[in-house]
Amino acid sequence: MLDLVWIIPALPLAGFLLLVAVGRRMGEPKAGWLATAMCGGAFVATAIVFVGLLGEDPEGRHHVLTLFDWLNVGGFKVEVGFLADPLSITMALFVTGIGTLIHLYSIGYMHGDPKFSKFFVYMNLFVFSMLMLVLGSNMLITFLGWEGVGACSYFLISFWFAKDANASAGKKAFVTNRVGDWGFMCAMFLTFATVGSLDYSVVLEKASSIAPVTATAIALLLFVGACGKSAQLPLFVWLPDAMAGPTPVSALIHAATMVTSGVYLMTRVNPILAQSYDWAPSIIAWVGVITALFAATIAVAQTDIKKVLAYSTVSQLGYMFLAVGSGAYVAAIFHMVTHAFFKALMFLGSGSVIHGMHDEQDMRRMGNLRRYMPITAATFIVGWLAIAGVPPFAGFWSKDEILLFAYDKSPALWFIGLVTALLTAFYMSRQVFMVFYGDERWREGDQAHVTDDGAPADARALSAEPHESPWLMTLPLVVLSGLAIVGGGLNLPFTGSTHLLEHWLEPVLEGNERVLAVATATKVGLAVIAVIVGLAGIVLAHRVYLQHKLEPVEPEILAEGWKYDSSITAFMGGPGRDAFQATATFDHTVVDGAVNGVAAVMRRSGDALRKVQTGFVRTYALGVAVGVVGLLAYFLSRVAF
Amino acid sequence: MMLAVVEVTPAWYLALGSVLFAIGAVGLLVRRNPLVMFMCVELMLNAVTLTFVTFSRMLNDVNGQSVVVFVLVVAAAEVVVGLGIIVALLRKLPSATADDITVLKG
Repeated sequence: MLDLVWIIPALPLAGFLLLVAVGRRMGEPKAGWLATAMCGGAFVATAIVFVGLLGEDPEGRHHVLTLFDWLNVGGFKVEVGFLADPLSITMALFVTGIGTLIHLYSIGYMHGDPKFSKFFVYMNLFVFSMLMLVLGSNMLITFLGWEGVGACSYFLISFWFAKDANASAGKKAFVTNRVGDWGFMCAMFLTFATVGSLDYSVVLEKASSIAPVTATAIALLLFVGACGKSAQLPLFVWLPDAMAGPTPVSALIHAATMVTSGVYLMTRVNPILAQSYDWAPSIIAWVGVITALFAATIAVAQTDIKKVLAYSTVSQLGYMFLAVGSGAYVAAIFHMVTHAFFKALMFLGSGSVIHGMHDEQDMRRMGNLRRYMPITAATFIVGWLAIAGVPPFAGFWSKDEILLFAYDKSPALWFIGLVTALLTAFYMSRQVFMVFYGDERWREGDQAHVTDDGAPADARALSAEPHESPWLMTLPLVVLSGLAIVGGGLNLPFTGSTHLLEHWLEPVLEGNERVLAVATATKVGLAVIAVIVGLAGIVLAHRVYLQHKLEPVEPEILAEGWKYDSSITAFMGGPGRDAFQATATFDHTVVDGAVNGVAAVMRRSGDALRKVQTGFVRTYALGVAVGVVGLLAYFLSRVAF
Repeated sequence: MMLAVVEVTPAWYLALGSVLFAIGAVGLLVRRNPLVMFMCVELMLNAVTLTFVTFSRMLNDVNGQSVVVFVLVVAAAEVVVGLGIIVALLRKLPSATADDITVLKG
């Protein structure tokens, strides 16, 4: 059964090729159903491989299927192959599972779009690339998928490219990711130079023999790559802008799957991380926790329903890196899965709201929507409770696990994580209260209202009542909310046997997981504190945004994201542009000047020498004669008479 | 009356060759009629072949004579081409001199 692993990426690839060929002819909604079926087929195939893997004994859960040689140059050999092990199959399961749900949702969401079939072309290509990324048996295949998802992300962010902002958001994502890709590539070069192979089985096997300094370099370079893809400081700027894409894209790519690939990568190379100096994981943990806090503060003041979720995603990804840096790989993967459930749920929910509100995204113009969209509201509230860390929803278990490991590594990390948890509960409650409770603010049509791009909003939002979305869109919401409720069951902390995910991932982690030195009483205490903090955030938001007893604190600087993005723009647009201009001038004058100068000298001397050719035959004859005489004189002078 | 018997040594032939070559060279340089210039070239060519034959005789080496045969063949071919060009030229411009043909000037 394990040899079936190649079918998993093959199905979305087939869907992609079919849709490229005949997608337009199939039209709506058949193209969408085909794409959904392919993704669903991949999920079934993954489930079969998963069952096959369960049948093996834990030590044998490592199956490599090699399809063919891709590159074979000297000592450099790369095969196209797939690695089926607990980690990759866990990833593949939730990528294909959530992918299928989001494909289904998209059929409803993209209804009536002139580029309906093209959307699904990109979606299937994305799923294929993502599966290559997680299933690849060596770093180069992973990198291939890594670039593939980047390209699809670019296509889908700027899907409605007729609007300028969307096109430039896509470009921004692409360029920012390029910085991260540089790190990934350098890490690959270094790995090959050190180990002589890019195969995970070889590299991770030999990881313990790599010098600590090299291992640190590889780990940190990979982390640079992960920072780009997973939107960590300082490279997170592209993710909030990526919300320009259609909402299903935000849910699939920019919440559930692609942005977590950095976490996957770091978990995959955990032996290298274990081999590096102690401060390398600390850097990862600190970057993660600072990103988490930073993004959470920004989310507090956002007014765009999707922007809140985008910054929340950045923040939650920060938690995952905090976990990786603290040696809590299981918790990182656990949180990745639960986050995929509840964040995809909330993104799809926000899409449903936007759909029902006739393309309104400003939360200040929503309110009391639970009367009009009961299913969306109920499922969104499940997602909210999950992310806010309210037991027994999924987010509570995974976040608690991360905070526990962070506490064991350093109480400072734990404290910042806790503050972030408070902010998370606060801003998510704010969103829920603003959107689903309170006054029906969309009726207040008199106040002058402008949308993000500066154009006055037309009256379409005012003319129609909000409405619930069709079943195609609510069905995925219901399924995901179910998962968000029970997802915590994957890894319950009570007894050894309830640590399902931990046991499942054990062969991949090879004992590199941090061993906790925390008493049970402390664990319970930490969990209680986390719950209290989460509830405090909710209560606080309730007083501010529902009861209006406290003034909302939304400083301008937070709404502008600490001016981080605009500072980069200002810097790159000012001194940066000047520097590039100077480089261009240097290139034009000095480099090109040297080349052109040589050419000019040649041309001038040629012009001068040209005059020698008079065209008079007798002049040439004279030249020949003089030459002969000269040569003769020379030779004669050398002959001793 | 006694005619002084002058022995014709190979040096005479060499001298003749040099004189012929010099006449040809000077003629090529001073004349402007293409036909005459062409004849001057032929003259130089034949002066050289004469020298070859002489040296062949002096050194008792047959290689010199075989070179001469080559030169004759090449000269015949060259005359065909050269005369062809000159005739064609003079037909177009009956009074053309070598100095009028400066199309290839730089």
